[in-house]
Amino acid sequence: MAKRIALEGCHAASLAAKLANVDVIAAYPITPQTQIVERLAQYVADGELDAEFIGVESEHSAMSACIAASAAGARVFTATAGQGLALMHEVLYIAAGSRLPIVMAVANRSLSPNLNIWGDHTDIMGSRDAGWVQLFAESVQEVFDLTFTAFKIAEDEEVMLPVAVNLDGFHLSHLVEAVEPLDPEEASRFLPPRRVPSYALHPRRPVTWGAVSVPEVHTELKYQLEVALRRVKEVARRVWKDYGELTGRLYDLVEAYRMEGAEVALVMMGCFCGNAREAVDRLRRRGVKAGLLKIRMYRPFPAEEVVEALKEVKAVAVVERAFSPGATAGPLTSDVKSSLYSQPSRPSVSGFAAGIGGREIGVEDAADAALRALRAAEQGVLDGGFTYLQVRG
Amino acid sequence: MKPRRWLKLADEKPSWRELPIAALVLEPGNMVEARTGEWRMGLKPSIDGSRCQRCYICWAFCPDASIIIGGDGSFSVDYAHCKGCGICAKVCPYKAIEMVEEHG
Repeated sequence: MAKRIALEGCHAASLAAKLANVDVIAAYPITPQTQIVERLAQYVADGELDAEFIGVESEHSAMSACIAASAAGARVFTATAGQGLALMHEVLYIAAGSRLPIVMAVANRSLSPNLNIWGDHTDIMGSRDAGWVQLFAESVQEVFDLTFTAFKIAEDEEVMLPVAVNLDGFHLSHLVEAVEPLDPEEASRFLPPRRVPSYALHPRRPVTWGAVSVPEVHTELKYQLEVALRRVKEVARRVWKDYGELTGRLYDLVEAYRMEGAEVALVMMGCFCGNAREAVDRLRRRGVKAGLLKIRMYRPFPAEEVVEALKEVKAVAVVERAFSPGATAGPLTSDVKSSLYSQPSRPSVSGFAAGIGGREIGVEDAADAALRALRAAEQGVLDGGFTYLQVRG
Repeated sequence: MKPRRWLKLADEKPSWRELPIAALVLEPGNMVEARTGEWRMGLKPSIDGSRCQRCYICWAFCPDASIIIGGDGSFSVDYAHCKGCGICAKVCPYKAIEMVEEHG
């Protein structure tokens, strides 16, 4: 086991990619992910990592280069954020639809206008339906672990899909924490070099990728991706179980905190789950039976696990760093609500947008959301609506 | 991963299980089976062998590789693939190619 080191969120992603022994990195710098690819460029320049670092002129090109390299059988990594992810948008679909196991770190950043370099999840939610596996990290250790294991999940023959590892811009990307990485030997034992598929691009075996998809074929093609994405839950559980045996750090699709006997559950993703834990502790001290359900895997959405975790609660407060203008609720709130719809007895669900454009979801914010949700439930309101929690009146 | 030839996909209507991963076209060179000549909109090129100087300009410009050079060096059109765009007639310096009515 490697010794504990102090590591910044971004550099945890870089180190994970290095230990995954990636073959190709194609990237364009953008705040707040720049340090991820900067460190990787340094590894390559210093001869510590035998990889091709392709400096491109845009994120659109970055993902395009990743796609070609991955189609040729390379293990590929990139990173982006905010506007960069938006510029990649159309190519993200091609990566997933072409079933390429690319791993990408997204240091989540809000979208313009007005120019905002700070964190929220609106960037990745804009690409929610691109067909990528989506994981959300809470700590620097989790950035490392999720990025490293993402390769194993992505490259599983049952999956063959790209994975986005989300780390909140600044609050996590620039956070320095003690991290226990892996030794290179441990890493290569757990994650051997990518097995090159028989259909990989090669001059001697011409294969056409992305040919015209006629109406007679397109539905089946898209359904194939859906089936593969749904398999990810089982594959990730298996990968994380093996990883847990190696590291002692156990991961699952969702993570419950003090949910035993909880009447109100906070549901959140990303770095502010730490503040939510503190909010749960404070509420419990005040006699409010609160708990937290952290969503680690957002796509495929772990609906069964969410239903199971929330089946006993009276109230649910979904607090998300995103919104969906004109929709009935934000993306995560909508997913939680639709998961619960099949249940004969449903808790009251209130959704909240908070932590937008770099604002923190503080302990008091999380506690406030939980209490509002509980109040709605006690008033017999099944749908607590969707509220912009921190907006000034 | 059953169907290998792209052109068969629409006819065979494979299930999602039978479709190669990402609907990859695993067998190269099968576009020759696509009878794109069916796309012509009424006009087709006709080469007048007596005017043709065998300069290869039409052959070089044809976007569909539909100018055929025979064993005797004569030039003709592959009507199974020619889309009738008329570029050959336009570029021919000897006015040896004329766009004529398809069924004229």
